[in-house]
Amino acid sequence: METALSDIPLLSVMTFFPLLGALCIFFIAKFTRLKTDASKVIALTVSFVTFLLALAVFFVFDNTNPAFQLVERASWLPSFNAEYIRGIDGISLWFVMITAIITPIAILNSFGSIKKNIHEFMIAVLILETMMIGTFTSLDLVLFYVFFEGVLIPMFLIIGIWGGEKRIYATYKFFLYTLLGSLLMLVAVLYIAVAFNTTDMMQLIEQGVPIDAAIWIWLAFFASFAVKTPMFPFHTWLSYAHVEAPTTGSVLLAGILLKMGAYGFIRISLQMLPEAGMLFAPMMIVLSIIAIIYASFVAFAQTDMKKLIAYSSVAHMGFVTLGLFSMNEQGLDGAMFVILSHSFVSAALFMGVGVAYDRLHTREIARFGGMASNMPQYAMFFMIFTLAAVGLPGTSGFTGEFLSLLGAYKANIWIAVFAGLGIILGAVYMLSLYRRLFFGKQDKEDVSKMPDLSVRESLCFAPLAVLVFWIGLYPSTFSNQYSATMKTILERLVQ
Amino acid sequence: MNLSLDIAIIFLPLIGAVLAMLIGTKVFLPKFLKEKYQDGCDKAAQVAATGCMLIAAIFSIVLFRYVAVEGHEANTMLFEWIASGNLKADWGIKLDTLSALMLLVVSVVSCLIHLYSIGYMAEDKSKSRFMAYLSLFTFFMFVLVVAPNMLQMFFAWEGVGFASYILISFWYEKESANDAGIKAFLVNRVSDFAFLLGIFACFVLFNSLDYTTMFAKAAKASEVHWEILSVSVHAVSLICFLFFIGAMGKSAQLGLHTWLPDAMEGPTPVSALIHSATMVTAGVFMIVRLSPLFEHAPFVLSFITVTGVLTCLFAGLVAITQFDIKKVIAYSTISQLGFMFFAIGISAYSAAMFHLVTHAFFKSLLFLTAGAVIHSMHGEQDMRKMGGLKEYMPFSHYFTWIGSLALMGIGIIGVFGFSGFYSKELILESAIAKNTGMGTFVYYSGVIAAFLTALYASRMIFMTFFGDRKVLNRREEIHEAPAIMILAMLPLVIASVFLGWLAFDWFTGSKAVEFWKNSIFVSDHESSHAGLLYTILPITLVSSGVALAYIAYDIIKDIPQKISNKLGVVYRLIYDKFYFDEAYNMIFVRPFGAIARFMRTKIDDGFIDKFGVDGIARVSIMVTRKIVSVQTGYLYHYAFAMILGLALLVSWFWGWRLY
Repeated sequence: METALSDIPLLSVMTFFPLLGALCIFFIAKFTRLKTDASKVIALTVSFVTFLLALAVFFVFDNTNPAFQLVERASWLPSFNAEYIRGIDGISLWFVMITAIITPIAILNSFGSIKKNIHEFMIAVLILETMMIGTFTSLDLVLFYVFFEGVLIPMFLIIGIWGGEKRIYATYKFFLYTLLGSLLMLVAVLYIAVAFNTTDMMQLIEQGVPIDAAIWIWLAFFASFAVKTPMFPFHTWLSYAHVEAPTTGSVLLAGILLKMGAYGFIRISLQMLPEAGMLFAPMMIVLSIIAIIYASFVAFAQTDMKKLIAYSSVAHMGFVTLGLFSMNEQGLDGAMFVILSHSFVSAALFMGVGVAYDRLHTREIARFGGMASNMPQYAMFFMIFTLAAVGLPGTSGFTGEFLSLLGAYKANIWIAVFAGLGIILGAVYMLSLYRRLFFGKQDKEDVSKMPDLSVRESLCFAPLAVLVFWIGLYPSTFSNQYSATMKTILERLVQ
Repeated sequence: MNLSLDIAIIFLPLIGAVLAMLIGTKVFLPKFLKEKYQDGCDKAAQVAATGCMLIAAIFSIVLFRYVAVEGHEANTMLFEWIASGNLKADWGIKLDTLSALMLLVVSVVSCLIHLYSIGYMAEDKSKSRFMAYLSLFTFFMFVLVVAPNMLQMFFAWEGVGFASYILISFWYEKESANDAGIKAFLVNRVSDFAFLLGIFACFVLFNSLDYTTMFAKAAKASEVHWEILSVSVHAVSLICFLFFIGAMGKSAQLGLHTWLPDAMEGPTPVSALIHSATMVTAGVFMIVRLSPLFEHAPFVLSFITVTGVLTCLFAGLVAITQFDIKKVIAYSTISQLGFMFFAIGISAYSAAMFHLVTHAFFKSLLFLTAGAVIHSMHGEQDMRKMGGLKEYMPFSHYFTWIGSLALMGIGIIGVFGFSGFYSKELILESAIAKNTGMGTFVYYSGVIAAFLTALYASRMIFMTFFGDRKVLNRREEIHEAPAIMILAMLPLVIASVFLGWLAFDWFTGSKAVEFWKNSIFVSDHESSHAGLLYTILPITLVSSGVALAYIAYDIIKDIPQKISNKLGVVYRLIYDKFYFDEAYNMIFVRPFGAIARFMRTKIDDGFIDKFGVDGIARVSIMVTRKIVSVQTGYLYHYAFAMILGLALLVSWFWGWRLY
């Protein structure tokens, strides 16, 4: 068993399987008259099989070993010292799992809302999945860069083709911001390739980077990750991208894409460049605190529910960077849990917005009200995810925010005091949103006629609800996988 | 046998909640079934939830005997919860006299209120949902009282807060109910934030969140001082202070009390269970649970005393002026909680717990009788529109009397008294026995509070049940509560009469040490006896309070009006509850929205966006228009940039190689 599995390049198979599915749809649709329903089924099946592959990786993975595992090497751009290297450790394992869990749900969710160019949409989503898994499993900087940037192309298409009215403006904004960040990152990758003669991340982590160079490399990567996360003040693209994106796009964007920034911070800003990371930690923490408080206020003032949730994402990602740069066990663990929690919760909340949008074609909060009476099931699911966003103990949100704030407290009491205000502010905007949507008198005729969740919609929410409680009540399942890796990262940081 | 019993007790309400939700609500039931068999489903849900609670209550009695009387303490770990670095907090059950006593009180009161609700909510359209929420609340409350560490306590602490929120907003079509629900949640969030900081500080100091470890290290830790903003702060005091802020929110102490009167928007059984008997006493319970720690923070104890006294007098005064029957009882609850807190402040934890227990029974009885009155008046809560109800509602009338006598603490020393008499006397005795300035201060405050209590409680009775009928609707419209509600109130009546007399021994004197074992800190002051004058003074004042109310509200009825006219501004101040809500609205609520809007329009849209990316965008639009003439091809731009980047990469590489 052991040997049989090790013969298969499991990570590469998992990474490129969705791409294979996309090619299938492409060619079948090109040469036959493929029904749109068929391409939906193919896409769902492919993403589900990818999930099973990820599950296989999960079980093959040895959580007692902090090093990179299932490493695959092949020569690639030999003249450039860039290699094709794939591998995972406890950290990237969870990012892969997040991707593999959310993508099939997002595809299932798109069945109701995407009405045009369905083949192309499915192709774009599957390519996106390959790119995302590829980002999380790449262990060579050039390879990482290619996948990291490659994610943007299908995402552009998803927003630009299937998006709302002002989609062009939104993609434009998305484009400009990320371009700015990625060009700097590219320069840093080039510099590393030239200066250190290798872009192998494992080797770079092992040998370390001299501090004077590390500072500039760190800043260049920061530009890219800060935009992607997004951190204050690089966050304004997010609300536009979300508002214009179709529901599936928002789910993938909030659930997975934003986590690429967080992943980069862990893998490169902390693990590869620990000294520079220490140096910039105060800045990161200040920006995180501002993000948490500021985004919460701005979220409260929104009238469009998708924008509100987009801003809540900025606030929650603030807890991620806060925990990471508190640089202690609880902070790092907390950051990982906020990442996990926010992936599932924001994906669910955006699907929740989609439910309302599909029925009434508006996202204006004031147009809704009293939905608890005619859509009890919807109200229940939305309540579960609202509570998780608010960080009620027992849900995933608490596990993350508690540990992240505890880490911050250990770093400095006042950080926890200010950042902790976020848990009060979070309750303010989320509960008032819930109240305006679900409570109150049912006096709008069109709202009162909206049907409750269909079976397909419930199927999208249910697994996420299970995960929310799982992380909230028994988080060890999750932390056991990455604690060994986290420990080694932390040891290097403390040195 | 013990082990399975405690787990059963805790999870029975959760099972009841899930069953009620599954059987009776629209969430899981197919629509066609639901429309056809709604009544049957609701009945089944009610029976399921109440049945689970009944079993839990019976088990709790058995468990109480086993743990508190026979002395089998236990600490069970269920499974791992949060583990990170040296932080380890598990799900567990701590069984000692304190938790067994709380389990007993909560389960019995909750069971009776489940039963009462079947009658009270008979006309409501979401009966099953109501039962499910009540059971869910009970589950969280159970988890709270058996928590073996601060983190599980916090889980349940916020859990009961959530249950309280959904129950206050139960009639979600009413805007006022939604306001009250959110207010309750947010005020509690503010105090929970302090609680959370306390937990962080606790972990840093003790490296553990388990009570046993904390208490073991408490003496040594009390020497630690922290430097905060270049001020040396006593670590244990800081932690206790933060925990007390947490308790102030949940137990509605002065400053953080504003949510509790509003919480009366919820159905009356909710007020009885959550907002008087159980959840609001969680703050008292928490500090009693942590009494070995609080004993090392004398300054915080004094602070608790003063807060308790101020709350007690403030709420007592306000209660005298209110006309909404539920508001009167709500302020009475705040006042009584203040009473418990100042007992804690003078280290009379046993007395505080005793009052918590007796209060749970007589205050829920008072709420349930008020509920019966409101039920028969078709939702009317204004006492000015009531009056003369004693003829129509004899049971409710007598029950209110019994509840009020217990609340006022009527009794004859050495002979017999209603339940509140014993617990109140014990607190006052402990205060005077302290023989310090603080003790005397507490004693006299307590006596004044007792007088105020007598005044507002009898005012409520005379206004509601005596005098003439104010509303001249048809006589038959007003009816006594249905049998099921009377039945549910009966055990509470019995407890209000006899509980103090029966249980007095456990909580006082040398028996207290034996009863509590090591579960709480028992001070030796509580055993001594106060002088005769001190024991006679309270009962004299209480009696005169009743007499005064009788004269003012049943004989010479224009006295209250005259007094309020005479007092003018002072009366307005008290009647308007010292303008706490108005002040908070002005300081926090209104500026919040304004700041949020400012940040959104002026900073986010107006500054960061305008000068940040849109500025760059404007420039680059001008540039790119000149280079590429594809109008919507931003994707191509990106591809272009990627190619450019790759070209750069390759050329750099080549250049470097050549170099």
